[in-house]
Amino acid sequence: MNRRTFLKTMGIGSGILLGAGPRIIHAGEPLPDAATVLVDTTRCIGCRLCEEACAQANSLPAPDLSDLTVFDRKRSTSEAALTVVNRYTIEDAEIHVKTQCMHCSDAACVSSCLVNALKKEKEGPISWHTNCMGCRYCMVACPFDGPKFEYHSAAPRILKCTFCYATRLVKGQKPACVEACPMEALSFGTRSEMLQEARSRIANAPDAYVSHIYGEHEVGGTSWIYLSPVPFDRIGFRTDLGTTPYPVLTKGYLKTVHGIDLIVPPLLFGLAYLSRRKHDKDKD
Amino acid sequence: MDTQTTTQTFSLALELKPKRPYFTPFNIITVPVILLGVVLVVMRFALGLGSVTNLSQDFPWGLWIGFDVLVGIAFAGGSYVISFMYYILGKKVYHPIVRVTVLNGFLSYSFYAGALVLDLGRPWNAFNFLIGNEFGVASVMFMVAWHFFLYTLLLLVEFVPAVAEWIGAKRLWKTVNWVNLVAVVLGITIALGHQSGVGGLFLLAKAKIHPLWYSPLIPLLFLVSSMFAGLCMVIFEGSITSRAFRARLSDEMSSTHDSIVVNLAKVSTGIIAVYLVLKVFDLFRGNTWGLLATPFGAWYLLEVVGFVVIPGVLFFSGARKESLPVIKAAAVMAMVGIFINRFNFVFIAYNWTEPVRYYPSWMEIVVTLTVIFTELWVYRWVINRMPVISERPRWAREHGQDRDNNKLSQAV
Repeated sequence: MNRRTFLKTMGIGSGILLGAGPRIIHAGEPLPDAATVLVDTTRCIGCRLCEEACAQANSLPAPDLSDLTVFDRKRSTSEAALTVVNRYTIEDAEIHVKTQCMHCSDAACVSSCLVNALKKEKEGPISWHTNCMGCRYCMVACPFDGPKFEYHSAAPRILKCTFCYATRLVKGQKPACVEACPMEALSFGTRSEMLQEARSRIANAPDAYVSHIYGEHEVGGTSWIYLSPVPFDRIGFRTDLGTTPYPVLTKGYLKTVHGIDLIVPPLLFGLAYLSRRKHDKDKD
Repeated sequence: MDTQTTTQTFSLALELKPKRPYFTPFNIITVPVILLGVVLVVMRFALGLGSVTNLSQDFPWGLWIGFDVLVGIAFAGGSYVISFMYYILGKKVYHPIVRVTVLNGFLSYSFYAGALVLDLGRPWNAFNFLIGNEFGVASVMFMVAWHFFLYTLLLLVEFVPAVAEWIGAKRLWKTVNWVNLVAVVLGITIALGHQSGVGGLFLLAKAKIHPLWYSPLIPLLFLVSSMFAGLCMVIFEGSITSRAFRARLSDEMSSTHDSIVVNLAKVSTGIIAVYLVLKVFDLFRGNTWGLLATPFGAWYLLEVVGFVVIPGVLFFSGARKESLPVIKAAAVMAMVGIFINRFNFVFIAYNWTEPVRYYPSWMEIVVTLTVIFTELWVYRWVINRMPVISERPRWAREHGQDRDNNKLSQAV
């Protein structure tokens, strides 16, 4: 019932809801109605209220917002902070960039997991489940270093931005960070809405933005998309990732192995038979 | 000749007793390490991986995956290559070492792939890929896990005849011998999958592995390198076993050992040549020649020239001159090259732009040594009891003659 409310709120077509057969979606193309957050770095002032809201929503230690030294160096998310804001000073302008799991449309981590402990929900977010064996292959696979591991626990979890999926989204609420943002630097909606919004912001103020929406095409599309006043590689984004979804990197290889498993045994039996016959002939 | 291989009676109590003095140099070194390692393993499970390892969010895999799994599995490659040459190509010259290679393969998989459990954060879920509510069929790790599991079972089937001869179980021996060729064929097939698969894991690490190492060819490169890595291990292990267990060597084993080593050197030369052709092709494919002039390029050249080309040349000349010392030196160098290569994928050329580097903690090293030493203890225990390098019981040898001649017509 809650999920339904959420879907209605999001304006997600009932078609997907009715066809709720497979729980895992190995999406090829990004779904136009996937839950998406648009991050406008020109609006962010680095107040870090999103960090605080995130910590609260996920029962993690609260960050000290008065400590401004956190901006002295680039921070990464961790098992204790699922989102962090970094400051980049570019030509005297301060640009703040919120980072977290990007919730890729066709994600490396989801395809890497041998027990489907990382799952793409129908609505777009990627969630972690407790059947995980803790092999950390998802951490190796993720091009954005999203998944983090609890190294100091006897029952460690993989932690990353949850998109507040189970706690808020299914109840029709926005993610905690989006709700906490006082500058409307974070906007929440469907993917097509957010892309449209991003495009109109660029069109209305072409001098304020570079003409690129990060996450529209990167690694096949992400559910967190970004606008920036400067080229993205200057504010900590990787611009060398390409537009191919990561699971494609292993698809051809896995097919080859399946082929080997079928073709090689008869070949080996045949070869063994031939070498045996030759051996017998040589003996005679 | 030892008596227990020729006698038909079998006493478990007698077999379980140590066969050597307690205070040998090997025991004096390994026992304290193993005891310390056990303490560290307990600590690791009680307090988490961070209490023992230097792993981090940037380096989720370290020595345990790099050595225990990647290097260990490559070194176990001898079991499928020797099985292929002996059973499939019918190269009878390898007969004396087939069994010891299978034993080594089985123990390597049990211990080194088994050591993976130490590295798993949630090991109680370790078998979820087998019984699990969910199968991650799109994952290379899923394929590798299944292949590891099946291959270990198949190697066990291949080794059962030795156990049967040890305990004098003729009926078991006959049954298992009959399915042996099936196990061999499936084993080789599956080895192709997971030897390439441990490399295939890194296909997803495109954003993290230095372009000199990252390539769509990683699976093929891992597969081909596992072939010569495995043979080098057979040479290395053979030279140690034949010295340490001299008293147990069968006549066949001691009289053919040298010529087998020369043969293995010839085969290794060929495989290394194929590997080098692939490596050069890969430089063209990625057009990464320019990167050779960087510090990582120097490290790459050290790996490929220093520890693949040079051992390849040594193998070639050692095989021609039939010089065992040269061949053994080549084997050790090529094995060092495998260490470097696999470590590059896991933590040296991995996240290569990251300023804070991973290096293993002393505790990770002790646990790794514990795994190796425990494996050697089991190996020694088996070698000292079962007919692996020693003479088989007469009944098995006589039957073995017929079997070798009839088995294929039965199986095919």
